[in-house]
Formats: sequence, C-alpha cells, structure tokens
Amino acid sequence: MKQRQFERRHSAEWQAFAARLERLERRSPLKNLPQPAPLPVLELPAAYRQLCQQLAIARSRCYSNALNARLNQLALRAYQQLYRGPQGRWQAMLQFLSTDFPQRVRANAGLFWLCAALFYLPLLGMGLAVYQAPELIYSLLAPERVTDLEAMYAPGQAAVDRAASSDLAMFGYYIRNNIGLGFRTFAGGILLGIGAVFMLLLNGLFIGAVSGYLTAKGLTETFYTFVAGHGAFELTGIVLAGVAGLKLGWAVVAPGRWSRSAALRQAASDGVRLILGMTALLTLAAFIEAFWSSNHAIPAEIKYTVGGIGWLLIILYLSRAGRDVA
Amino acid sequence: MPEPALLDTVRQIETPEGITLSLRAAGPVARALAWSIDLLIQCMALLALLIALATLSQGGFGVWLIALFLTEWLYPALFEVYAGGATPGKKALGLMVVHANGTPVGWSAALIRNLLRAADFLPVLYGFGMVAMFSNRDFQRLGDLAAGTLVIYRDPPILALTLLPGPALPPPSLSLAEQQLIIDFVERSTILNPARQAELAELLTGFTRLTGMAGVERLQAYARWLAGDHS
Repeated sequence: MKQRQFERRHSAEWQAFAARLERLERRSPLKNLPQPAPLPVLELPAAYRQLCQQLAIARSRCYSNALNARLNQLALRAYQQLYRGPQGRWQAMLQFLSTDFPQRVRANAGLFWLCAALFYLPLLGMGLAVYQAPELIYSLLAPERVTDLEAMYAPGQAAVDRAASSDLAMFGYYIRNNIGLGFRTFAGGILLGIGAVFMLLLNGLFIGAVSGYLTAKGLTETFYTFVAGHGAFELTGIVLAGVAGLKLGWAVVAPGRWSRSAALRQAASDGVRLILGMTALLTLAAFIEAFWSSNHAIPAEIKYTVGGIGWLLIILYLSRAGRDVA
Repeated sequence: MPEPALLDTVRQIETPEGITLSLRAAGPVARALAWSIDLLIQCMALLALLIALATLSQGGFGVWLIALFLTEWLYPALFEVYAGGATPGKKALGLMVVHANGTPVGWSAALIRNLLRAADFLPVLYGFGMVAMFSNRDFQRLGDLAAGTLVIYRDPPILALTLLPGPALPPPSLSLAEQQLIIDFVERSTILNPARQAELAELLTGFTRLTGMAGVERLQAYARWLAGDHS
C-alpha cells in the first residue's frame, strides 16, 4: 500500500485520536472540573493499541519520516496518559508515617548506628574538650558569634519573653535552616558519601562545642531547658538525613550485584522516603523549638520531663511502629 | 533510518505494546535557560511576598522564610508533578521531565531530582551537574541519575504534511532508502524557500539531469508517484 492510501484510510482516526488526547491532557490533576462530555478514558487503550500497530506498519514500510514522526508523537502522548503512576493521597501520607517510615529506618539499622556514631561521638568528644578548655570553641566559632551565644543564654534573658510574632519568625527560620541542612546532607551523600559524613561531623562538633562551652560558663539552666524539648526530634532527624545520604554514597561506591546506576536509583528511592520522615521530624522539632522551648514561663522540671517523654516517644516510634504490619 | 552508531540525542524506549517510541533529550543550554527563567520567577514572587508581608511585623518574616524554604526546594517538584512535567521555565523552552521509560514523573522521582539539585549545584553553578551531564548520553545530572529521569523536548503537535498537487512521474529504479529520501525532501520542502529547495535538489543533478527549479519539480513528481498521490 502506498503511503498516501494509508494516510487517507486512517487520517480521520488520527484526528479523532489527537482530539481525545488533547482533552485528557488538559484535565488538571488538581481540580475535578465538570467535563462537557465524559473523558475518553475507556476508548483510549484500544485506540492506542491500534495506533501502535499503524506506527509499526508505517515504519516497516518505510513511509516518510514526517508521517512516522507524527505517529510517534501521537503514540508517545497516549503512552504518557496510559502509563502514569497513581497520584499521592493524604491517607497514603498517614500510612507512610505510621508504618512505612519506621520500618524503613529499622531496615537500615546498621547505617543508622553508623550515622549516630558519626554524629554523637564528635558531639560528646568536642563537648568534653570544650568543657575542659572553653577557649577551644574559637576553633569553630568566630568571637562575635560566641558573644552572641552567651548573651542569648544569659540568665537575665529568661525574664524577657519573646513576643508571639517573633516566635513565628523563629519557626520560619528553623524550618528553612534545619530542614535545608537535612536536604543538603542527603544531596551531599551522592558525592561518594563525603558530603553526608562531613555534615554529620560538622553538626556534631558544632553542637558539642556550644553545649560544652555554655556548660563550662555555668549557663546550664537556660541552655538545657531550651534544648530539652526539641532535642529528641532534631538530633534524630539529623542522624536520619545522614542515613539517607550515606545510602546514596554507598550505592555509588559499592553497588553490589546491581549496576551502579540501578543501585543508585534504588538507594535514592529508599533515601527520599527517609528524608520525607526526617522532614516531618524536623518540622515537629522546629514547632517545639519556636513555640515551647522559647517559653520561659514554663518551669524547668516540666521542660525536662517533656524532653524525656520526647526521647521515649521517638525511641518507641522508631523501634515499634509498624512492627505487626507486614 | 539513522544508524545506531550516529551521535545523536534521540533515545528509544520500548513500550509494552512492542513498539519503540523516540524521545529527544534536552542539552545543558536549553536547561540552563529554563533554570534562569525559573530563578527570575522565584525571585520576583519572593520579592512581591516580602513587600506584601513587610507590614506584618516579625511574624510576617517567619511566613516569608517558610515561603523561601518551599520555593527553594519544592517549586520545581510541584510543577513537575502537577503541571505536566514542566516548571514555567521549562514550559517556555518546550522542555519536560519524564521517567527514563517516558512516563510522567511522580512525587518520588520529582523530589529526588530536586533535592539532589543541591549536590549538582556544587562546587559552583552546577559544576558537578555539568560533569555528570557530559558523561552520559542523555544529559542526566546527578539528580536525574538517582531519580531515573530525563529532561526531553516536548515538540509542538506535528501536523500532516501534504504534497503540492501536480503531475506524478515514475522514477527510475531506486532503493527503499532512496525513495524515502526523496519523499522526505519533498515533504520538507514546503517549509524551505525556493532558493534552498533548488540548492538541495542540485545535489541530485547527476540523478535528475536537471538544475534549478526544474530539478525540484522533477523530484516533486517522483515523490507524488512514490507516495501514491497520482491515483
């Protein structure tokens, strides 16, 4: 059959097909607008298979490139309408947080303890060192920052309560800063894991230095009542960012039985889910830090108790949640 | 048909129906331009929000910081999932993001490729991303490699090309590839100016024994015959 006969025979079908595709493509996934006519969902698969056959015929008969390109485009657009993943739902998010996320953390227990060590050991070491010799803090922080730090936790500050609007400003700051650091830790992991390890060590050293310094200066009351509330969620979030990042790095360095790119894709799909959970933890931490930790009216005993409950909850959550669900 | 050894940016994907579809991967220049447009839009939106919130004391600044965070990290992912695989910048340049198998990106892949943007951006202005793009044939940056995604051209709808009416002539014996070449030339010649048509047709003077527009007309006549326009 000559090309023109073929085109004449099918051109009406192709035009109808293109019109259907346009309607499907214009449908917005966000809004469920009322449609003038039912969407051509049911007819699409059969029409698409027919188009695939026509494309194969056109290619095997060496019809012109223009015709092949046109059919290829129609087939590709239909393919993208047919083979799309399900859209996310809110129930899926709840399901994820209640089972999938803690299960994933447990599945990566080895990496979790490694990252915990990479974070807490420098934290403790630096904390003890700075506690013994407070001037060591200048190896990490500029003198002005140290002065700021002392002023921030000076006991007199306790009397001056922040306004509610400044709490909201701090919430925004913690969200952007802490979650952004978590994302960067994950991303840095792809560079052979170096970025993630670097961020873990740096965070550990920094937090250790600040704690050691303020303890040595006797500002324990103001400092520890402040950090008690959100510590459990924030520190765990930092470790989890490291886990997600190191997974990427490990896939690149030692892909095992997979090709390097396949191992990387698998690690990234697992890692991004850990990062999703981390985001939830750090958002909770930022909320507590901005609206609870900064409230000086709450007595120290209650703050320490709530902090302890936070640790208990996070340990129970990560070790127990979703255990009975297959 | 192009030989597989040719250096080009077309990627073939095989569908469950047993046919292959072609996608054209987009290179760094188009993507950098799209990124610049997006950056401009992000900056304008954040600036406008900052001015709007400036009246609301410190609390407004907190809201602005959250908006800054969301814009920095989630702006591209949101558009890629909900707006047909393209941020406004990509849309302007005719690009879109798809999975490596040609299907539309979902949340998982969109988040991965946009969180890993931070690694691609290092050490300065997408340094690592550029190295990665030049070391694989689909111009995938690190984020694309981890997410299994491609940035491809979204072509405007291709319309049917028709030959101008006229006489048809049976050509001398030609191979299938040669026949296809002639039809392609004639179909495409509708978007070429006459001088260029004549110039290209003169490459075949040895075959048509004609020069100038006479050569073009002869090829058109052959093409009508070959495509079946004479009946």
